[in-house]
Amino acid sequence: MIGESWVTTTVDKLEEWGRNNSFWPLPFGTACCAIEFMSVVSSHYDMARFGYEVVRFSPRQSDVMIVAGTITDKMAPTLKRIYDQMPDPKWVVSMGACACSGGFYRAYHVMQGIDEIVPVDVYVPGCPPTPEGLMYGILQLKEKIKRDSKRRLKEKRAHGDDSGSAAA
Amino acid sequence: MPTATIPAPPLLDSLPEGSVEVVEGLDQPTWIVRRDALAQVARQLRDDPETQFDLLLDLCGVDYPDRDERFEAVYHLYSLPRAARLRLKVPVLEDDPVLPSLIDVWTAADWFEREAWDMFGLRFEGHPNLRRILTHEAFQGHPLRKDYDPARRWILTEDKIYKPNPQPTGSESVDDMFERMTINIGPSHPAMHGTFRVVATLDGEVIVASEVEIGYLHRCFEKMAETHTWQQVIPYTDRLNYCSSFINNVAYCRTVEKLMGIEAPPRAVWAQMILSEFSRIMDHCVCNGSTLVDTGALTNFWYMFQPREEIYGLLEACCGARLTVSACRIGGLLEDLPPDFEARCRHLLETVPEFIDDVDKVVTKNRIWLDRSVGVAAISAEEAVDHGWTGPCLRASGVDYDVRRAYPYDLYGEVDFEVPVFQGGDVFDRYRMRMEEIHQSLSIIRQLLDRGMPDGPYIVDDPHVALPPKEDAYNQMEAMIYHFKLIMDGIQVPPGELYHMVEGANGELGFYVISDGSGKPYRIKVRPPCFPIMASFSHLMQGGTISDAIATLGGLNIIAGELER
Ligand code: SF4
Repeated sequence: MIGESWVTTTVDKLEEWGRNNSFWPLPFGTACCAIEFMSVVSSHYDMARFGYEVVRFSPRQSDVMIVAGTITDKMAPTLKRIYDQMPDPKWVVSMGACACSGGFYRAYHVMQGIDEIVPVDVYVPGCPPTPEGLMYGILQLKEKIKRDSKRRLKEKRAHGDDSGSAAA
Repeated sequence: MPTATIPAPPLLDSLPEGSVEVVEGLDQPTWIVRRDALAQVARQLRDDPETQFDLLLDLCGVDYPDRDERFEAVYHLYSLPRAARLRLKVPVLEDDPVLPSLIDVWTAADWFEREAWDMFGLRFEGHPNLRRILTHEAFQGHPLRKDYDPARRWILTEDKIYKPNPQPTGSESVDDMFERMTINIGPSHPAMHGTFRVVATLDGEVIVASEVEIGYLHRCFEKMAETHTWQQVIPYTDRLNYCSSFINNVAYCRTVEKLMGIEAPPRAVWAQMILSEFSRIMDHCVCNGSTLVDTGALTNFWYMFQPREEIYGLLEACCGARLTVSACRIGGLLEDLPPDFEARCRHLLETVPEFIDDVDKVVTKNRIWLDRSVGVAAISAEEAVDHGWTGPCLRASGVDYDVRRAYPYDLYGEVDFEVPVFQGGDVFDRYRMRMEEIHQSLSIIRQLLDRGMPDGPYIVDDPHVALPPKEDAYNQMEAMIYHFKLIMDGIQVPPGELYHMVEGANGELGFYVISDGSGKPYRIKVRPPCFPIMASFSHLMQGGTISDAIATLGGLNIIAGELER
């Protein structure tokens, strides 16, 4: 039916547009990177310009977790639990060398990258990343979401029906 | 070699025979105390009118695997009335690493003893709660022992997490009409700044008992320092108190310089002082800004963050980094100051006060803020000293102790500044203290600028300490060899040990370093000013409400990187 495919495309587009312009970030800030994250949300850099307006500290109300800071083994279960509490769809931005790989703390109490326990969408390098670096990272996340929805659309077309919508 | 300039306290006659051996310290008097006499010696040092060591600054362990008595507990004491310092060392055997707990003498010993247990396995007899503090519950072994592999991790799973259930000790004041409730705040909670956990038992709205759990950001600074060369430790020091990383750099470099007996050139010292004071301003801005945002005054957070951005600009011009600057080197600065350094500083002197004054106007007399802060979590001078407080928080309780004044290092003896002191010891006074100190810092900077920038080199002219200029390293054989040696082997620091302190943004920031001459630090212990302050947080919360606790925590300026290292 022509109507069906036309409608699905538009809803996907609409959904993608909505997602892409109204992230609700959950800052999981622990260390020095969190201070730089605060700079990014403050007046000078103002992350709200890119649709990251509503910073939420409750995992239930957010869809992108920005992990800013060193994650230690003691913190790991908390990080995992908070990630699990976020509703789908959800993304993770790993800000800074520590969150990406443990940074220069190759040590007995530091997790060597948060991808040991949660999937990461965008890695932002730096110690700490400059505010510009973090902004580039979150813009990359938008690109990624666009790509993902295009891919989903393709998959749907390939299946020729709405069976792909379960992936959304 | 430097020699001790701090006078030795009298050896009290009343001490038990043979309990103390006096040794020559490079920096301050040192006593080696027998373990069984420790409790008595400590008590007398505190109480005797000739000594009056009322402040326990620091306690740490040191591991010497080759000695008969493998471990040593090192206490750093300070006497406020006499401005005296003393280091006590207590050697203990590996098979029997037990010492008497000194909580009865100085309350500050509580968390320090837990840390020494956690890191070295020293047991403190009589400690009511000798649990791990920095590492987690599933951790095994004691990581700062020399035979512990620095990269050996242990995984913590949810079922092993410690579940505190604090109960009030005296039941008389508790109202039985209400059901008690225990709530958990943190570690991932914005008011806990992302890294502390507080479990509080409430009776109605009043906190009757609470327990504070830390260690969520223990990044093993001290172990990392032992596995790197002396210069490589500098970036790690940035990340202690990351709100004012420049001060950490200066403190560490000064300590090593003193141990080596070298002095940074006047130009470097001048610039380091200016940048330290700017860092202090930034730190106070974050502290007051986040206290206010925690109590609901969001706008002030933006106001307070703008001066930071401006100061970041200056730091960026000096070293290329904003937050974690690593701008100092042992013996001076990373590179020469930018040509517009003075102009930039002058510009900041004009712009920064505007923002501070705005906040001052909006907040300081604001009824809502006064209601939230005046009289909240007040602590008396004696209590604060007993808990080991230093810095702005201590001065807000009426104790006039500032390292810049008591031991004028660098040029602090030559500039004119006030050490503000308030008497209330509550959240409001701690806030006012920081506002006032920002003005003092600005005045110090202004005076330094008026003295003019000293000419000369920015780092000592010693090829064993400072890297040769890049151009020489590429074109001259000798310079290249020095460069290679410094990068590969690091600076060679002569054997010895030393404690040196500066006034950090939240108190006395000390580095206790031990060198065995091997090219790497043998042991570095940071005296973190906010550690004893955080240790008394439970005490401060007692009898208050949750909202008081939130307002209190912000004003204490606890920086996790420094607290847990
Ligand atoms: S990446 Fe660097 S700045 Fe960020 S938390 Fe780690 S040490 Fe701090």
